Amino acid sequence: MLFLSHAKTQRREGVFPFFASLRLCVSILLASLLLSATALAESRFPPPDFESGYQLPSAATPPPRAALLQYLDVAVLIAALGVALWLVYRSRSRRGIAALSLFSLAYFGFYRKGCVCAIGSVQNVALALFDPHYALPLTVLVFFLAPLIVALFAGRAFCAAVCPQGAIQDLVLIRPVKVPSWLEAALGLIPYLFLGAGVIFAATGSGFMICRFDPLVPFFRFSGSAFMLTLGAAFLLVGLFVGRPYCRFMCPYGALLRLATAAAKWRVRVTPDTCTQCALCQHSCPFGAMREPTGGAQKQEPLRIARRRLAGLLLLLPVLVGLGAWGGSKLAIAGGYAELGGWLFGGWTGLVIGGKWIALSVRRNRTDFEPDSGACFACARCFEYCPSERMRRGLIPLEPANKE
Amino acid sequence: MNPDSQQPPVNRRSFLGAAARVAAMTGVGALLGKLAGATAAKGTVWQIDPSKCTRCGNCATACVLEQSAVKCVHAYAICGYCELCTGYFGPEPNELTTAAENQHCPTAAIQRTFVEDPYYQYRIDEKLCIGCAKCVDGCNRYGNGSLFLQVRHDRCVNCNECAIARVCPGHAFVRVPVDQPYLLKTTPTTS
Repeated sequence: MLFLSHAKTQRREGVFPFFASLRLCVSILLASLLLSATALAESRFPPPDFESGYQLPSAATPPPRAALLQYLDVAVLIAALGVALWLVYRSRSRRGIAALSLFSLAYFGFYRKGCVCAIGSVQNVALALFDPHYALPLTVLVFFLAPLIVALFAGRAFCAAVCPQGAIQDLVLIRPVKVPSWLEAALGLIPYLFLGAGVIFAATGSGFMICRFDPLVPFFRFSGSAFMLTLGAAFLLVGLFVGRPYCRFMCPYGALLRLATAAAKWRVRVTPDTCTQCALCQHSCPFGAMREPTGGAQKQEPLRIARRRLAGLLLLLPVLVGLGAWGGSKLAIAGGYAELGGWLFGGWTGLVIGGKWIALSVRRNRTDFEPDSGACFACARCFEYCPSERMRRGLIPLEPANKE
Repeated sequence: MNPDSQQPPVNRRSFLGAAARVAAMTGVGALLGKLAGATAAKGTVWQIDPSKCTRCGNCATACVLEQSAVKCVHAYAICGYCELCTGYFGPEPNELTTAAENQHCPTAAIQRTFVEDPYYQYRIDEKLCIGCAKCVDGCNRYGNGSLFLQVRHDRCVNCNECAIARVCPGHAFVRVPVDQPYLLKTTPTTS
């Protein structure tokens, strides 16, 4: 290319400096090409010795985010979890939860740009368990463990008001519609499958699927691929009518928290007083998390049948796992990790379907309306609708007012 | 269990719940024990190894940020301060002037200033640089290779899986310790 321009510029007038410097450069270039075999690290054009006292500038190297600020993230996380627990269990204030949501959205969402987040931390932990060369940052470990331990004792306080993804969806929810229970149960399998896929991809070092397909993070960053921005917009549009679609039907960390809440010591209660069974709380819940009373032993099927079905399903579970593993290994592209991954993911799918089946058919005994700890995001909306709770707070008088 | 009392102190449900909680906490403890050796207080960040960079141009477009976190960096100590800088000028410049049509850089992010005859200084304006590697390519092909790409840590959000690393043909993206976050060039390369 340079030789072409050389020939061309010879015909022109008034470009003498260019021509001269070009000839110089080309000759040095040719010389350096001849020399390059012997001296690889030599400069083609030796750095000049300046006579005018010119000082070499140095390249700026802006440092990464300071470690101190990362510990600030951890402190904010733990403080926000504490405040969320206090708001749900002591103050029982929906307004407080909404305010904390706004704060979390501003801090973890728009200021921290959705990174570091508990949802993605699952993959870092999985990678650290299987790859001895990977060093897990301490902050990521805390982001993974703190919400999980809280969920083991007191439910999904993290989802209520600390997670920015949950907060942005909670704030756009304007006209909730009820998702049919069959659809809710079917779509509710996706988070577990996504969790399994994310862990397998991370553990085998193949990638970070959960981060890559997080549809709300592009909003926090105000940038992203067209596909992810469209997906995020779709989630927010659906979220106007279906409460928290990502949390309920996609979030893998939510699936983990849901499992943890099965062992929760304290559960969110609509009212600490007596339930009048008015079903207002059930209607007020945008996430379909309220479970109605089972209505005594006479209304339910005989215990004998329920026991027999449970035994059958428990026996079916290993069969489903085996079938899934076999199918997964057949579907996976043969060889290496893909085969192992397909085998594992298939087995996990079988386990998830079997587990859901068992959970759906176990006989429950509920005398009152109560939230399902696994599905409840502790958003505190139902508290304001419960007449017993309003009476307890003195918002409506204990005795009917006598005007005469 | 006391047979006289109506409400047993422990019923099956609460016992199972407590057992599950103890099991889960044991699991968390085991996880912590396993991860104790693998945890680092100081993390790592992404950086480009200039010796592996193929100047393909993916850095400008593949980053999750609207304007890439990768920018061109100039190692002045290696620079030859050429009048005809093949990083600054396009393949067939009309004149050796700062006119836009002569420049390689699509955003005019390289500032050319006269130092002394016949030397010129080339400085990268980071606000304008998009990390397209056009100048890096020119400098490495015909010059000393003093221009090279680096991840700028005031912009990089340090994704778990760098979107540019995923498409980098030279596998030039590496994780480096957070206290040494740059891989700056100190020796010239000819390629």
